[in-house]
Amino acid sequence: MNQPIAKAGHGPVLGVETSCDETGVAVFDPARGLLAHTLYSQIRMHADYGGVVPELASRDHVRKLMPLVRETLARAGLGVADLGGVAYTAGPGLVGALLVGATAARALAWSLGLPAIGVHHMEGHLLAPLLEADPPEPPFVALLVSGGHSMLIEVAGIGRYTLLGDTLDDAAGEAFDKTAKLMGLPYPGGPALARLAEQGRPGVFRFARPMTDRPGLDFSFSGLKTQVLLAWQHSDRAEQTRADVARAFEEAIVETLAIKCRRALAQTGARRLVIAGGVGANRRLRAELAEAGAREGFSVHFPRLEFCTDNGAMIALAGALRLAVGQHETPEIRVRPRWDLASLPPVA
Amino acid sequence: MIISLNGLDEPHLVRLAARLAPALRDGGTLYLRGDLGAGKTTFARALLQALGVDARIKSPTYSLIESYRVGGLDIHHLDLYRIADPGELEWLGLAELSDGLSLVLVEWPERGAGSLPSADLQLRLDHADAGRDLAARALSLRGEAMLAAWDPARPG
Repeated sequence: MNQPIAKAGHGPVLGVETSCDETGVAVFDPARGLLAHTLYSQIRMHADYGGVVPELASRDHVRKLMPLVRETLARAGLGVADLGGVAYTAGPGLVGALLVGATAARALAWSLGLPAIGVHHMEGHLLAPLLEADPPEPPFVALLVSGGHSMLIEVAGIGRYTLLGDTLDDAAGEAFDKTAKLMGLPYPGGPALARLAEQGRPGVFRFARPMTDRPGLDFSFSGLKTQVLLAWQHSDRAEQTRADVARAFEEAIVETLAIKCRRALAQTGARRLVIAGGVGANRRLRAELAEAGAREGFSVHFPRLEFCTDNGAMIALAGALRLAVGQHETPEIRVRPRWDLASLPPVA
Repeated sequence: MIISLNGLDEPHLVRLAARLAPALRDGGTLYLRGDLGAGKTTFARALLQALGVDARIKSPTYSLIESYRVGGLDIHHLDLYRIADPGELEWLGLAELSDGLSLVLVEWPERGAGSLPSADLQLRLDHADAGRDLAARALSLRGEAMLAAWDPARPG
């Protein structure tokens, strides 16, 4: 990222996400907004495989990526010549998976004479709410809760991030999925567990709210799994009991997240809270935070679910913001499997 | 050599993990087998802390791999629970992990059969009526030395 080059900041930006399980591609135009975004798992590409789509392993980005780029450009009504820049997830993530996206994106940009920018995956998540019609202005606090993350981050401005808290062991979504499995639901069963909790009666079981009895913004959800397992094993294991246990588990997670969110807002003085990540779809979490916001005078922003989970749109957006101020990569292909979010250069 | 212990409570399991650390300071490969919730990650976390990892020790279930460097030793903690096909391990850059100098801890190694570095030492954890059962088995000369130095059946 050194000198701006001629075309930086002009025209639509192609975004490529391959850091873990999902292959995602999108086109974001700084002037017109999001033009198209696709995830491999959501579309069929019969033509590319001669009529039969093999059951591709997740993370097989090599075979998925180029058909997905073609499909996304077609949906946006663009050809490669219309692009103004290329963004790709450069980290953190699995080195082999990152290299697929970085190599394809960097090579495409080089061959077209366009600037390329490596995006931090977490910055993509933090900026995803800016894809919505009523984007929250920084400063805000973001809670990123998914199968892989449980983080609280202060967003002072674009590119200015401070990690406030993180999980010491399991992520919140992982706790949902593993607890569901321990209670006999198919893996990953987090959403099924949440549905089951809707039928549970409050107060039949109660689990601890981990780490809320001491100061700080870190999370720990591993012990909760064991508590639930013990309660379940020593119960009558009836259907209603399963729902009651699920209810108590969900309440413990949601209340813990809500307590830490309010603590983070108090600590930073921010009045806006952004929820990102797949667990952001949880109805009890949404209701609890919306209620707390109304009561205590902070606003809560939920990006639509397709932008909560991994996607190419957030990478195209974050890349477009950085390209617009002249940041870009040198021609070599580099990925950063481990990358500190706080080390990013500010944009504004 | 195989050593089995029955009915371990969590503090005992954590003490045993900490006591294994000195035998692994020169690297090697450790497999951790057992069902969900059997204590694999608890054991791995206690072991990593005893080796001097002071960063957050996050579960690698979603990221598949978490790596650390302490005192000149590279440590890779893998969890293959979500791997459906050993071919997917290509994305982890495993060739770099099996240089014999790094310490590689693998949970759910059966899901990576054929694509993983072979184990020096294998631990199996099982739920028991009271606590957990642990079985430790050496699978190489290096593993025999690790197990002898560890001696989990020794009191203390």
